[in-house]
Amino acid sequence: MKDMLSKQVVGLKPSGIRKFFDIVSEMEDAISLGVGEPDFDTPWHIRDEGIYSLEKGRTFYTSNSGLMELRQEISNYIKRKQGVTYDPKHEVLITVGGSEAIDIGLRAVVNPGDEVLIPQPSYVSYEPCAIMAGAVPVIIELKAENEFRLTAEELEEAITDRTKVLILPFPNNPTGAIMERKDLEAIAGVIRKHDILVMSDEIYAELTYKEKHVSIVEIEGMRERTILINGFSKSYAMTGWRLGYACGPKEIIEQMTKLHQFAIMCAPTTSQYAAVEALRNGDEDVAEMRTAYNQRRRFLIHAFREMGLECFEPFGAFYVFPCIKEFGMTSEEFAERFLAEEKVAVVPGTAFGDCGEGFLRISYAYSLDNLKLAIGKLADFVERLRREEKKD
Amino acid sequence: MREELLAVIERNSRIDLKELAVILGVEEMDVVNELQALEDEGIVCGYHTMIDWEKTSIEKVSALIEVRVTPQRGQGFDNIAERIYKYPEVTSVYLISGGFDLLVTLEGKSLKEISGFVSDKLSTLDSVLSTATHFILKKYKDHGTVLTKKYEDVREKVSP
Repeated sequence: MKDMLSKQVVGLKPSGIRKFFDIVSEMEDAISLGVGEPDFDTPWHIRDEGIYSLEKGRTFYTSNSGLMELRQEISNYIKRKQGVTYDPKHEVLITVGGSEAIDIGLRAVVNPGDEVLIPQPSYVSYEPCAIMAGAVPVIIELKAENEFRLTAEELEEAITDRTKVLILPFPNNPTGAIMERKDLEAIAGVIRKHDILVMSDEIYAELTYKEKHVSIVEIEGMRERTILINGFSKSYAMTGWRLGYACGPKEIIEQMTKLHQFAIMCAPTTSQYAAVEALRNGDEDVAEMRTAYNQRRRFLIHAFREMGLECFEPFGAFYVFPCIKEFGMTSEEFAERFLAEEKVAVVPGTAFGDCGEGFLRISYAYSLDNLKLAIGKLADFVERLRREEKKD
Repeated sequence: MREELLAVIERNSRIDLKELAVILGVEEMDVVNELQALEDEGIVCGYHTMIDWEKTSIEKVSALIEVRVTPQRGQGFDNIAERIYKYPEVTSVYLISGGFDLLVTLEGKSLKEISGFVSDKLSTLDSVLSTATHFILKKYKDHGTVLTKKYEDVREKVSP
């Protein structure tokens, strides 16, 4: 058959991480620092609640928006953490992971030709989702000297009269960057002035190591123009349960619910019951995991300093983003050689946007012992490269 | 720092001081001083090693013994607890709420050795009213560590 495929889909760039994944999967004994999900199991009491719901026969669809009980808990949670109120009936939607919320959120707000501002380096799905929604993605290249935070100047410069929505991916994957209250206040002025929307992807909100996470919805005039996205994957180590949510103004959530209803019906019921338990009794688990991540983060930063590898101190998520420009290699070359010679996998920064060139994403969702082993190999590799350079 | 330090060394008492300082985000000297203080205050009482004797060729038998006793005037349970814990084969003694008074754990070379201890030494103590001995058949989890299974990383090796 001729023209079997959608030109737009065929035209989408495959995720840069895919290629690297294929190489790594073929190496059986490779140590990986390339994982973007927690190493912890979902806390047992949460799993138990999922099992219990199955035993009780809670195996039917829930309402399209999700269990009312869960939406109420989400509303309570955001009130508790951010001090902002969302009506669980009309302003909360349970989705299949944060990813679905990104997709339908963009579809719900953009018209053909609208521009979507995407700060990079960032998660891989914003750009393709924007394109499939009919929008034009406009990349804002974040800079290492700003610790990969978005500044008011950068934002102002990227805005045109076609700009519809800014994606705000903090705490950030892959850089580990956060936006503190003062940073958010600075960009909020620009957002209000140009009257644009914000999609704030706060999936790593629970994993910050400096001050408590601040959401843009806490800043004046932002709640009414923001789609707040969060989920259970990172905070409660529930990636495989595929459960996220979006909170926002009633008008937007209503349209997102329509898309969700037609494409998905409802998020997995078992996961929703487990998530109720997570929100009710999971604070301690989150705190424990946060403490463990923070110890590993300090270990890595210290190790990079000892190696003399340039790296800003990241305060969020579970990634560090060291700079490897001194070696005169591209990120991909570095990662491929490191894998071939030391059998350790790290992800080239370019998988998260062109401006990730010269950086690596190193995940610390691994035990300290594992990190020690891998970082020892990185130190050997770096030393070898420096010796080679001297010879030349 | 104290609480986090205790949590770390409770799981790994062999961690070196330098590393401990790094992961806690403090100076090595602070760790040294804090550990000294914890030892002086009797909060840190020892640095033991967890051994799964099952995996060795050395025979060991352990048991939990429920003991009902008559408390003594002015002493409560302390005197009798002391009489029991002085035996070197006794590894722990707890005062317990509920149906009995003391929970004694015991480690010996054989069933015979343990039953001998219970019948000859423990039961014959004046204030001991009764005992019930439970032999441990298998340890699944001890000190928060699962002994029967090894951790296996089943995640995809690279993910966004």
